[in-house]
Amino acid sequence: MTAEPPPTPPRKPGALQGVRVVEWGSLVSAPFCGKLLAELGAEVIKVEPPGIGDDGRNSGPFPRGVPHPERSGLFLFANLNKRGVTLNLTDAAGRGLLGRLLESADVFLENQPLELLRQTGLDYASLQVQHPRLVVTSISPYGRSGPYQEYRGYDLTANAMSGLSFGTGHPHREPLTTPMHQASYLAGVGGAFATIVALLGRDLTGRGQLVDVAEAQVIGTLLTGYHLPTYIYRGVAGWRSGNRMRLGLFPNCVLPCQDGYICIDAPQIEQYQRFLALLGEQDWMEEPRYRDRRAMSDQYPAEAESLIAPWFMQRTREEILQACLANRIPCVPVKTFDEVLADPQLNYRDYFQEVGRVEAGGYRYPGPPYRLSETPCRVVRPAPTLGQHNREILGGEVGISEAELAQLVRGGIV
Amino acid sequence: MSVLPLSNFRVVDFGTAWAGPMAASLLADLGAQVIKVESRARLDGLRLGRPIVGEDIAGGDRGRWPELQPVFHGINRNKLSVTLNLKSDEGRQLARELIVRSDVVMNNYSPGVLERLGLSYPELCQLQGDIILVSMPSVGETGPLRDILAYAPIIQALSGLMSRVGYSGDEQLVGELQAPWSDVVAAMHAALATVAALRHRNQTGQGQFIEVAQLEATISMLGEGLLDYQMSGQVAGPAGNYDPDFAPHNNYPCGGDDQWVSIAVRTDAEWQALCRAMGSPDWCGDPRFAGRPGRLVNVKDLDAGVESWTRGRSAGDVVQVLQQHGVAAMKVMNIEDQFTDPHLQQRQAYLEIEHPHVGIEWLYGMPWLLTGTPGGIRTPAPTLGQHNEYILCRLLGLPPGEFKRLQEAQVVY
Repeated sequence: MTAEPPPTPPRKPGALQGVRVVEWGSLVSAPFCGKLLAELGAEVIKVEPPGIGDDGRNSGPFPRGVPHPERSGLFLFANLNKRGVTLNLTDAAGRGLLGRLLESADVFLENQPLELLRQTGLDYASLQVQHPRLVVTSISPYGRSGPYQEYRGYDLTANAMSGLSFGTGHPHREPLTTPMHQASYLAGVGGAFATIVALLGRDLTGRGQLVDVAEAQVIGTLLTGYHLPTYIYRGVAGWRSGNRMRLGLFPNCVLPCQDGYICIDAPQIEQYQRFLALLGEQDWMEEPRYRDRRAMSDQYPAEAESLIAPWFMQRTREEILQACLANRIPCVPVKTFDEVLADPQLNYRDYFQEVGRVEAGGYRYPGPPYRLSETPCRVVRPAPTLGQHNREILGGEVGISEAELAQLVRGGIV
Repeated sequence: MSVLPLSNFRVVDFGTAWAGPMAASLLADLGAQVIKVESRARLDGLRLGRPIVGEDIAGGDRGRWPELQPVFHGINRNKLSVTLNLKSDEGRQLARELIVRSDVVMNNYSPGVLERLGLSYPELCQLQGDIILVSMPSVGETGPLRDILAYAPIIQALSGLMSRVGYSGDEQLVGELQAPWSDVVAAMHAALATVAALRHRNQTGQGQFIEVAQLEATISMLGEGLLDYQMSGQVAGPAGNYDPDFAPHNNYPCGGDDQWVSIAVRTDAEWQALCRAMGSPDWCGDPRFAGRPGRLVNVKDLDAGVESWTRGRSAGDVVQVLQQHGVAAMKVMNIEDQFTDPHLQQRQAYLEIEHPHVGIEWLYGMPWLLTGTPGGIRTPAPTLGQHNEYILCRLLGLPPGEFKRLQEAQVVY
């Protein structure tokens, strides 16, 4: 007797099931925002210029460093779970087709230069006339209002305005931007949050709206905004303090050890006492100069760090981690990405997800940032190849005839 | 004033320190009624810390000190405060009664704390079938490291992000960003998952449990780094401000003390515009710089040329000239620059509010502009237990005598 295979449990719907998003995104911020919405169950259609595609396709990493528009790690990651069409939006016929897509959409998501939006009639002032219920999420380095609304920008310049770069790095060197376009990713997260809030608001008011997300402002408020009182009350506008957090309690820094770096951050007195016990009794521990943890952090941090540095230099990262875990001291290795992929904690929780695509090969991607018990995020499809769903969407769903589509392709519209 | 988009929702906020309270404040800024549950029995650490306002007094948790922390005021604005001592049975019971009247419960406790308080997800479901519970553990509620003590820099170290913050070459790793990066990243993702779950509940009537591991939220934005390793087989270290697709791409010194300007050039057209903006000096004609591959290989020589032009100029002038030519450039701003910048001012990045103990104070404003329903700072951060009477007597309907008894018994405390 053969056992029947167990029935496949029905797939739970995503939290955003039924939400339709049209994305005209480039590089990171809007594409990553679209990825988050798609991962939560929204249907996201990505619109790219014919023949060229999203500029993210030209950005690394690439397998063995060889550029190829279907193999960009940045693009593959930021466009998971979307379907893709190509439309030339600088042409009226292309814009007409976009208008058809927007008729049934809840959200239009873009991060294009304002000048281009105005030229193509896809700025909010124009869109809201035709589509009053549409939520338009517009992500840009500095925002769509204010004196710099037409300024050019990239992740580097958004980081510069955000205040984060100024404080990052060594005092005698140039300020450092965030690595791996983090300002753009963070704005993508904020854009996804604000988009869903606007959809909830539409349920109350019946109206769509413009959601204006500036990369520099997301960081300049939520991350660096807390420096404002220090400036207002103390007159301190900021400085770089290298490998240590400023205005903290010693120890709060990154230090070298035998085989790399560690990070220690032990503000609570009990944590610090357990750390000193681990170091073992030493003469300096009794000196008043080394009992004032605030002064050690603010006034002579290098000197203070030199007292604990030898203990780390004599040990490997794994030895340090095990000793600090056992003694409840917040101190861990600074991990590199090969180690992150092998991390026992993350793998115990099945964090990484394997995604393959014929043109690009299979890789382990970061998983969703959260776990929702009733509406789990999942990978439905890899990032689209350029124009992969033209026929399915423009033919099947918008209702363009085969002959018409062929003509649009010849004319460079699709 | 239009109705705020989250005004139909009530959130119980058990958050302490940064990640949890900020997640709830993102909801409060857009209209949710957020009730912060706190207690003198175990003060939110952010009410303490280093005083900035007024004299640098010693005082611990006594006197007015817990009301003087501007950082606390930033991420707890627009909230109500009720003081419930969760160490007492009656305090926990009052928390349950509050939860029954709420839509969302948020916490960033260590794994196991909610269970010990009798407020685990199954228990909350019995009270209120469609509740949304949001937990924000450091590395997850399961796994070998689940009980690790972790603050934002510790998470950043574990995520791989820190390994790429620094200068190229052999200078000591910087690692630290001067901001609680992972706290904010986790807060934003928790707020995002919450509103997605609220929409799902509006559609289906179904609540759920949401787990936002701060480590996983941080890594979810680092796909480039993970794929770079898998695609190249190489472990990348810090690269300063260099980017594999841009040249020039750096922060350049300007006239004045610690003044810098960021300049980013991707295309040949942008490079030619930069050359014109700089007055087409001879070195720009170097054939090595004509195409992007050559500029990327010779980026240090390119930097020397750009720096020779920026060094004698003010950052403001450089930005103005370059932007006129269509080149991406921006001053590397410190908090004074940001606070006084006309663009950020017009966009209300910083807002003032009157606080009962501090007077007028400036806090960060809205991180994103919902132009139809803007939100903002409606009320200052609450003083400890400021809304006890409203929440316990009006919302939960306790008689005045009972309220007084609970205060004296240090249940409301």
